[in-house]
Formats: sequence, structure tokens, C-alpha cells
Amino acid sequence: MTLIGWIQILLYCAIIVALVKPLGSYLTRVFNGERTFLSVALQPVEAVLYRVGGIDEKREQDWLSYTVAMLLFHIGGFLILYALMRFQDLLPFNPAAQSAVSPDLSFNTAVSFITNTNWQNYGGESTMSYLVQMLGLTHQNFLSAATGIVLAIALIRGFARASTNTVGNFWVDITRCTLYILLPICVVYGLFLVSQGMPQTLGPYVDATTLEGAKQTMAVGPVASQVAIKMLGTNGGGFFNANASHPFGNPTALSNFVQMISIFAIGAALTNVFGRMVGNERQGWAILAVMGILFIAGVAVCYWAEARGNDAFTAMGLTGGNMEGKEVRFGIVASALFAVVTTAASCGAVNAMHDSFTALGGMIPLINMQLGEIIVGGVGAGMYGMLLFVIIAVFVAGLMVGRTPEYVGKKIEAKEVKMAMLAILILPLMYLGWTAGAVVIPSAVASTANPGPHGFTEVLYAYTSQTANNGSAFAGLTGNTLWYNITGAIAMLVGRFWMIIPAMAIAGSLAAKKIVPASAGTFPTTGGLFVGLVVGVILIIGGLTFFPALALGPIVEHLAMTGGILYSSN
Amino acid sequence: MLREIRPAIVFVVALTLITGLIYPLAMTGIAQVLFPHRANGSLILRDGKVVGSELIGQVFSADGYFHGRPSATNTPDPKDPAKTIDAPYNAANSGGSNLGPTNKALIDRVKGDVDKLKAENPSKQTPIDLVTTSGGGLDPHITPEAAYFQVPRVAKARKLPEDRVRQLVDEHVEGRTFGLLGEPRVNVLALNLALDRATAR
Repeated sequence: MTLIGWIQILLYCAIIVALVKPLGSYLTRVFNGERTFLSVALQPVEAVLYRVGGIDEKREQDWLSYTVAMLLFHIGGFLILYALMRFQDLLPFNPAAQSAVSPDLSFNTAVSFITNTNWQNYGGESTMSYLVQMLGLTHQNFLSAATGIVLAIALIRGFARASTNTVGNFWVDITRCTLYILLPICVVYGLFLVSQGMPQTLGPYVDATTLEGAKQTMAVGPVASQVAIKMLGTNGGGFFNANASHPFGNPTALSNFVQMISIFAIGAALTNVFGRMVGNERQGWAILAVMGILFIAGVAVCYWAEARGNDAFTAMGLTGGNMEGKEVRFGIVASALFAVVTTAASCGAVNAMHDSFTALGGMIPLINMQLGEIIVGGVGAGMYGMLLFVIIAVFVAGLMVGRTPEYVGKKIEAKEVKMAMLAILILPLMYLGWTAGAVVIPSAVASTANPGPHGFTEVLYAYTSQTANNGSAFAGLTGNTLWYNITGAIAMLVGRFWMIIPAMAIAGSLAAKKIVPASAGTFPTTGGLFVGLVVGVILIIGGLTFFPALALGPIVEHLAMTGGILYSSN
Repeated sequence: MLREIRPAIVFVVALTLITGLIYPLAMTGIAQVLFPHRANGSLILRDGKVVGSELIGQVFSADGYFHGRPSATNTPDPKDPAKTIDAPYNAANSGGSNLGPTNKALIDRVKGDVDKLKAENPSKQTPIDLVTTSGGGLDPHITPEAAYFQVPRVAKARKLPEDRVRQLVDEHVEGRTFGLLGEPRVNVLALNLALDRATAR
């Protein structure tokens, strides 16, 4: 670890914190329906959409209608994306003549994109036509991100409102989120990425004759427009197979830094939106503090492990950390930081190959996802995931003193706690259950690329990433098989919707409650005690659930690595 | 439920067209006007022919060129499309080795490369980036240490004084962005093009 490395990390954190208030203020205005500087241009577009869609902007929905609207929206998006992939060979914008995508891979990929996972069982530039990349993937990058954000807003409204049965109008929220927040940022951001060297063209792949006379075909395409939203919307599905480690997917150290900022920006700002909507910004800062503590701890371990490197390399006299699977322009610190950011948020873009990280360096991304991606988390998804943990934490605090727990003026009762536990418990069932299944099926084991405990970690990482809707991978695993395509898709669907539906039920239940004025007996939820309690609950619930699985994978591999034990395939 | 069907259809179609077609096509148009060189892949032309991209590494094996990092990219086997064969710096199918830290295959590969480099230049420490593959397999850069490491071999093959070659490397070292972000690096293709120019003179 170096001083300049830590300065980069601290600068990153400082910029995120500085963005929280202004972005939070803007998001709050948009979702409260107030005028913003973009209203002049966008209000007419909105009006046309509402008229054709036959909805009344002012009419709000209860939590169930809101959820049903969201589900219908996803079914529509799924069908479009699936059909585009199945018929891409017959459709335009296909200069590389990609053939139709197989049914199970199309199914997995369509699920992957509507759930904001963007798991890549496909290799971008070798599988997908430009039309699929734009109309299918870029579009779902926007809409799955917007969905996450508006669901978090609905839950926040549940906390903020009193004695009502409505939580907002899904159609209005999703339109405003897309038009006022995601699109304008992406236009500016995308052009910045092009200025750094990211292609944005509909022209065919380029053939070059190298200095040594060989032919080199270079994949290009409408890259920047997709990368902008894949980062901002914490989607993570790359235009290219190698994602953000591909020089066209992440050309410079500056583009890398800005990409990391864009992954956290909206998720972090949502804590401020929460504070503003419940009428006390300090409530938001307390939640951000919980996230910050867990984040810094993860960065420190991952950076340390990667800078320390692989003992087998050190034995050969090599120094400079673990550079296998990393790019020279980023080096150790920007690769380790990116890995923690992308898995703390539900992004899943990678600028280095996690499969080649050291055992402990690769364990941090895994833990980030297993905690439910609540360290900033996916846009929206992180916020509602964190609020579920907060409900459990205040419940535990209430048990200790024998009072009905309250949070931001709402009594937390049996229904909320049950729903929160339902959402939290489904995650380990998916990632541990499917992993246990896969490692006893010989054909599924055959998909692993590395022998020994690392192979187990590959499988565990795959199901964790898909359940948590992250999308990053220990990419050695050959995921494009019938087994992984189908079971992975189930994990993604359950991981997304089994979180969303209980969270929305909580939103509906909370909105109906009265506000309880704070009294002397109210547990303050803006101070250090509260922050410590939530961190503790997250680590205890998480630790008890997945520690045994980690012991079988990365922990035993770390002991092997430091002990000089190697594994071979035959 | 039924009253949500009409908005579902309208909003799915409208937002699909806005974000999936209008947005990327508009971005393509603007980018092609503002940054045409960048938007088309930062291509390098020599004598009117495309010889590569500023951002994409390529294979260098001759002694008279600086070598880039090992690359783990592959391509479908022409004899059996279900299998793949090694194809370093395949810019149409990016990817890393994905070998884990305790995999004997990784350690054996690195060991082989370290031995080769030690034989070539025993006086200097072997730079780690020359024996490890990059994430995308297309890394255009090496560290300055890796470039200086190769100076004696390149100078000998080119029949140039070592100082002249070292000077070329000096000119091609890029520092951290704003003195802070990323790592110091040397673009291998740019350096080799300069080397070709220096030798032609």
C-alpha cells in the first residue's frame, strides 16, 4: 500500500460525500414533482406520454397497484429483450453478422437485464448485435435502474407520509426518473467518455494490419452511450466481454475514476433524499455513515491483500502486488477500489478480473454482495435493502429496552419485522442453496476453471452475484450452460422480486400509520450508537449466514496460498 | 390490474424508443461531430493504412520491438468451434486468464516467463507486468520499468546505441493523471512506432 494510493481512495470518498447534498436535493425536487431547470424542455414530453398512456399525473396508487404496474412494466421489457436476441440475425444494425442467441442464454440474459443484474453469460462483442446492445441492453440499463430508484422512493414515502394509503404513481415516477435524472446525466457523461477514447459509432469492427504484419480485428460500436448508464444505473453489463478492463470500455485513469464516482453517486444521494423526505437530513447522514464504515473496511482489506500480492510470485522475486488480471493504467489501488465499489453497489462492472484476485482480495467483493449490497448498493435497491436492516436493528434495540420500536416517527410492528426478515432470509437460501446443488452435480462442477477451493469460490460467487443482482463474476466459470443459465435466472428473479415485494408491503403498511411524536423514551436514530448498532446487526446476520461458506472457499485458499500449496487440474 | 395494461404498453414502448434508439443514435451523431477520432476507435494510420489503435495493444514478438504484456485472449478453434485456441491480443474477443492465485497452471506460466526474462536481462529485477496477463487481454501499456528492462535487447536488434533507445522510452513515459490518478505507464505501440521512425532516419 502506498500513500498516493490512499490519497486516491480518500479523494474518491470526499467527492462522493460532496455530491450527496446537491444530488439529493435535485432528486427530491424531481420526485416531489417540483419544477427544475429541465422542466421547460421536458414537461411537454411528459404531458404527451401521460395523455397517450391514459393516466392522471395527480392520481396516486396504493402499494399493491404500484407493485403491479412495476411488474407489468418488467414483463413488457422482458418480452422485448428476449425477442430482440432471438431474432437479432434477422434485424438491422448487425454489421458483425451475429447469429440468433440460444433460448436459454436469451432467457438468462433477459432476466439478468430486467433485474438490474447484468450477469454476462454472453461475451458482448462476440454475441450481440448493435441493435440488441442499444434497443435491448441500453434501454434495460435505464429502466431497471429507474425501477430501483422509484421503488426506494415509494418506500421512503411510506416512512414520510402518515395516515394515507398511497405511495406515489409508478408511471409518473418512472418517467420523471428516466427523463429528468438518468438521461441528462448520461448525455453529458457519455460525451465525456467519448472524449477519453471510448468509441461511439455504428460502423463495423475495424481491421488493422499490425506493425508485425498480422491482422487485428477491433470491436467497436455504440459503446459510450451504454457504458454511461451501465455505471450510473449500477447495472454493470459491459458492451465488451472484458467489461471496464477493455481499453475501449475504460480508456484512461480519469475515465476510471469518474466511472467509480458515477457508480456510487445516485445510491449515496438517496440517503439524503430519505433524510429530506422524512424531515431530518441527519437521518440520511446516519445511514450513509453505516455504509461508509463498511465500505472503508472493505477497501482497506482488499487493497492490502492485492498490494501484498501472491506468495508464489514473491517467491520468484517479483514485486509490485498481484498484477494478474489487472491493467497497467489502473494499477493495484484503482483495481482494488473499483472491485469494492462495484460490489458494494450492485454494479458488477469490473476493471480487473476478480477471479485472479488473491484469496482475501476476492473475498471482499463476495462479502459485499452477501451482505445484500447495502453499502450504497444498487441505485434504489441499496436504499431499500439498508432500510430493511434498519428495521431489524431498531427492532433489536426495542427488544433490549422492552419498548415498541420506532423509526423516524413510525412504530415498527410485527408486520414490518416479518416482511423485513422474509426479504433478508431469501438471499442466503438462493446463494447457498444453488451453490450446494451445483457442487454435487458433476457437469456443473466441470464448468469451473480453477481447481481446489478456488473452483468452489467461483460457483459461490456466481450465485451470490446473481442473487444480489450484482453481475460481476469470477469469470473463469463457464456460465453459458443450461444448468447455470436456468438456475442463475431463478436466483436473479428471486433475489430481485422477493426483496421488492416485501419492501413494498412495508411501504404500504407504514404509509397508513400515524406519526408518533418523539418522546424522552425514543431511541435516537441519528447518533453513533444507532450507527454502531446497525453495523453490528448487518455483520452478525451476514456473518452467521455465510461465514461457513467463506471458510470453505477464500479462507482456506488464503491459508493454502501463504503455505505454498498449489492445485492442479488433473 | 386491467387499468394498468394500457399505460404498461404505452410506457414500455415509448421509453424503449427514447432510451434504446433516440438516445444512442443522438449520442452517436453528437460524438461523431465533436470527437470523430475518439468515437471511431482512436485509430492510427501509417502511410494511409490502419496499423492499430492508440488504446489497443497488439502482439510484438520480434527482438527489435518492445513487447507488451502476455495476453490471455482466445478465438474459436477453426477445427472445432466448441473449443478455443490461444489468440493473444484478439480485439474482437476480450478477456483475462481468470486463473486463481493457487492454480498451478498460473504459477507455471509465470515461472516460465520469469526464466525467459531473467535469461534476457539478468542485471535487472523482472517487472511483474511482463509476466502477468491483463484483465481484458488488450492492455496497450507496460510500466516504465518494463520498458527500460527491454532496452538492451531492442538496442542490440536495432543496432542503435542504448542511450538513444532509453531516450525514446523517456519521451514516452506518461505520468499519473493530474499527478495522482492511475499509474505511470508507457504505450507500447506508440513507442514502437517512434522506434521505427528513429531507425528509418
